[in-house]
Amino acid sequence: MVGDNRRRPPLSCRRRPYLRPGPEGHAITVDNFGPLLQYLVSGLTNGAIYALIALGFGIIYNATTIINFAQGEMVMLGALCAISLYQLYPSLPLAFVGGVALVTVAGLLLERLALRPARDVSPITLIIITVGGAVFIKGLAMSFWGKEAYTLPPFSGSTPLHLGPATMMPQNLWVLGVGALVVALLEAFFRLTLAGKAMRACAYNQRAARLVGIPASRMVQFSFGLSAALGAAGGILIAPLTLGVYDMGTMLGLKGFCAAILGGLGSSLGGVLGGLLLGVAESLASGLISSGYRDAVAFFILLVVLFWRPQGLVGGRG
Amino acid sequence: MKSRGMIVVMVGVLALISLTWLSAPAAAAEPFVIGGIFSATGPQSYLGDPEKKTMEMLAAEINAKGGIKGTPLKVIIEDDEGDSTKARLHAEKLVHKDKVLAIVGPSLTPTSMTVLEVTQKAKVPLISCAAAVQITSPADQRQYVFKTAQTDQMAVARIFSYLKGKGITKVAILTMTNSFGDAGMKQLTGQAPGAGMEVVAKETFGEKDTDMTPQLTSIKGKNPQAVICWGTGPAPALVAKNMKQLGMKMPLAQSHGAASQKFIELAGDAADGILMPAGKLTIYKLLPDNDPQKAVCKAYDEKYQAKYNKPASSFGGYAYDAMGMLVLALEKAGADREKIREALEQTKNYAGVSGVFNMSPEDHNGLAPDAFVIVKIAGNAFALAD
Amino acid sequence: MTRLLLNPWLLFAAGVLLVPQAVTNQYYFTLLNIIGIHTILVVGLNLLMGYAGQISLGHAAFFGLGAYTSGILTAAGVVNPWLALLLGLVVSGSAAFLIGIPVLKLRGYYLAMATLGFGVIIFIVLVQGHRFTGGPSGLHGIPSLSLGGFPLDTPFRLYFLVWTCVGLLLAFSANLVDSRVGRALRALHDSETAAQSLAVHTARLKLQIFVLSALYASLAGSLYAHTLNFIAPSSFDIMFSIKLVTMVVVGGMASIWGSLLGAATLTVLPEFLAFFQEFEVVIYGAILMVVMIFLPRGLVRGLMDLWERRHRLTEGGTTPG
Repeated sequence: MVGDNRRRPPLSCRRRPYLRPGPEGHAITVDNFGPLLQYLVSGLTNGAIYALIALGFGIIYNATTIINFAQGEMVMLGALCAISLYQLYPSLPLAFVGGVALVTVAGLLLERLALRPARDVSPITLIIITVGGAVFIKGLAMSFWGKEAYTLPPFSGSTPLHLGPATMMPQNLWVLGVGALVVALLEAFFRLTLAGKAMRACAYNQRAARLVGIPASRMVQFSFGLSAALGAAGGILIAPLTLGVYDMGTMLGLKGFCAAILGGLGSSLGGVLGGLLLGVAESLASGLISSGYRDAVAFFILLVVLFWRPQGLVGGRG
Repeated sequence: MKSRGMIVVMVGVLALISLTWLSAPAAAAEPFVIGGIFSATGPQSYLGDPEKKTMEMLAAEINAKGGIKGTPLKVIIEDDEGDSTKARLHAEKLVHKDKVLAIVGPSLTPTSMTVLEVTQKAKVPLISCAAAVQITSPADQRQYVFKTAQTDQMAVARIFSYLKGKGITKVAILTMTNSFGDAGMKQLTGQAPGAGMEVVAKETFGEKDTDMTPQLTSIKGKNPQAVICWGTGPAPALVAKNMKQLGMKMPLAQSHGAASQKFIELAGDAADGILMPAGKLTIYKLLPDNDPQKAVCKAYDEKYQAKYNKPASSFGGYAYDAMGMLVLALEKAGADREKIREALEQTKNYAGVSGVFNMSPEDHNGLAPDAFVIVKIAGNAFALAD
Repeated sequence: MTRLLLNPWLLFAAGVLLVPQAVTNQYYFTLLNIIGIHTILVVGLNLLMGYAGQISLGHAAFFGLGAYTSGILTAAGVVNPWLALLLGLVVSGSAAFLIGIPVLKLRGYYLAMATLGFGVIIFIVLVQGHRFTGGPSGLHGIPSLSLGGFPLDTPFRLYFLVWTCVGLLLAFSANLVDSRVGRALRALHDSETAAQSLAVHTARLKLQIFVLSALYASLAGSLYAHTLNFIAPSSFDIMFSIKLVTMVVVGGMASIWGSLLGAATLTVLPEFLAFFQEFEVVIYGAILMVVMIFLPRGLVRGLMDLWERRHRLTEGGTTPG
């Protein structure tokens, strides 16, 4: 993970010629090295948020081959639950654990009440069920928390850290650190443990998995719990940076979805790469070209990447 | 097979449509029926929600007092979710099915623009809660449209003259890509030359963005003397936080769309020193007692606080003023749309939450630039800056 | 005789003609017009999703291109609205053609993501292209359509135009899927390799259907612009694309009539759920989930299945098994 971070700058250097012909012509000189570094740092830290969300998409995809559109709402639920718990009892570790636990239950409930009873398991039907689930969860959150935004205090203060001419918040380090940890654990889980291998087997072929004695439905349930927990953890980590509000999940969910696809579905490493690339693309686009066209430029880059590697960066299985 | 499918479809469609029929037919013409359309849910619910709550609160209050000259008031409120298609449907429903006498809202510029197409044709008075100038101008095409939100033109004029007074002439602007930020951007760039301001950087950010450091880094490189941010909702608070992170020490001016206690709460210690043009509701406690708006702001804030347990916002204030003037017009005109329109147009010296209204056939907003004061945040509270 | 009476097209025509006899309120005509416009969009998307098996999460972009081409050209008064509508078709069709060549090589979620990216790009262009599109505040002053000097400026008058279009497009789509193209499409849906081995030129076929569904969306967009006389980018965002996909699936994939019911249901549902105020969204989400859980093949097939099962149950007493 950390190694990947170090590998990013050269990659973006390669991309720079595409970005150069902006209206003002940004030649790279000593003068604008500072801003450039800041764009990269901002992009990587923001990208880490997308990466965390992308991982949740990957887990459910790995067990079910569906995309869970309610993943963004789990992020929102995590943030808001933790904020409420913190207001009840001001302890960040407790709020974190409590928030993750509550949302894990929500994820399990979603699977048990909405997806398991489905009479048909064609992916598109299940995906639309998750779309309905997302609307439902968002609506409940709106009734419960209202429409205002809330804050959570940062985990370790709000004095910016200086990396040469660039700055980042201590909270960003939390996001990056926990992100790296989660990726390592997930990779280990999917590659080394029996349960992880069983989950991947379910994704390849659920019927075959069942035939060799893998309790497929348990695996699906587990994947929903795990990805909800992960989404919640992400939401709590980013809440001090982005504020918590009932409709924050939709946009973050979409960005996480893009990151997951870009990296290659089902690959943890891919999700991380996709998230970081999306973050950096956004940041460079908005700093060097035009903040108004930021998303357009970022998505254009993503389209080009997809045409170049139709299975995502870390070739998943279409 | 196919025809059976067809029957299912036809029955289904007809059943769906008749369902909308069932939903409460308009009561006999006894009470004064007025409508409200707000973005009470959806991405801009932080605007529509206080407006809706304010309208409900006032309706309950009026009816508890025995109505308007003895006639009860019936309020039908619709939620457009910030979607112009829905706003249009709701407007048609209120005008043609519920036969309302007037409509308060919508909350946003695009939804107001689509609703006024209906009300203008049907000759129903509309009092919009959105800010943009084009809602009430050109006046000859907007006879039935009024608005209570201060125009961004005035907010921009106010902030420019304040900055000018501090010797600042180079500004960077950072606006939100929604209708509010967009209107602000047009005013900021349009008024800058006349106000002797040079816009050295022009950046935007999205309503749901979570990180504005790239835009601010680029702004930082252009060395402006002040940054002006124009947006609503939680994102402007992130701009303040990001500026602090990047160590940008120049003054930051936010728009009146961010002027609320909530902003201070969200921005935390990054809020200190931020300037804003704000309606007087934000700082009514600091106003001299002879200010005509002090009493009305106090009354509104206390009533809202008592009912909903949170401070009143200037957005809710737009609905408060709209209802206030509409009730006066109903008292004067009774159940006649045309006469209500005339009465609204003749509103003079009405002290509301957002300013003192003086309507005229040419001006259906009726506010003067003194509706804004420049406030500065210091120690978690607003203080008058000039 | 009953066979003739039960002819779906006669029923449809009768329905369209009878509704104005029962409905007088302008509100319902606007509602019906919006349903009609959504139906056109959903039928087009259903050809792509249900029959060709390709997903698009960027369909709102073609809807927007049609609406804005019509809106910009007619609000400025440069072009006759009907010509603007045709130009809208040209713009959307060419956009679909150009983007379709690379995008349709992708599959599944990757295709979904690429079309979503295209939708985002078009949305941003609509928001940022102030000078032409009016930016986020929207474009106003779009005139109403008129037909040979007869202005279609009320929802009632527009109703006939919209629903004639709906009828014609439904008929065209039904014929298309029953034709040789339709069979090729279904082969493509089931297995692209098998289709190729049967000498179906799959890449070209996918592209043709993609362009066709973009044309449907563009037409719907032009009608939408002239119905509301005002358009803003927020009507053409990603959320609307997802809503369209939802309409297709709720109505029933690969079901022409399902498209009509899907569009009608999801357009009307929020209107009468408004009664629940704050809880409208929660209930909407719950209904969506329940429908998909119990009627996974969509409303039309699902209701028909239920009906048939009941039929069989009532007959079950006399016939064994």
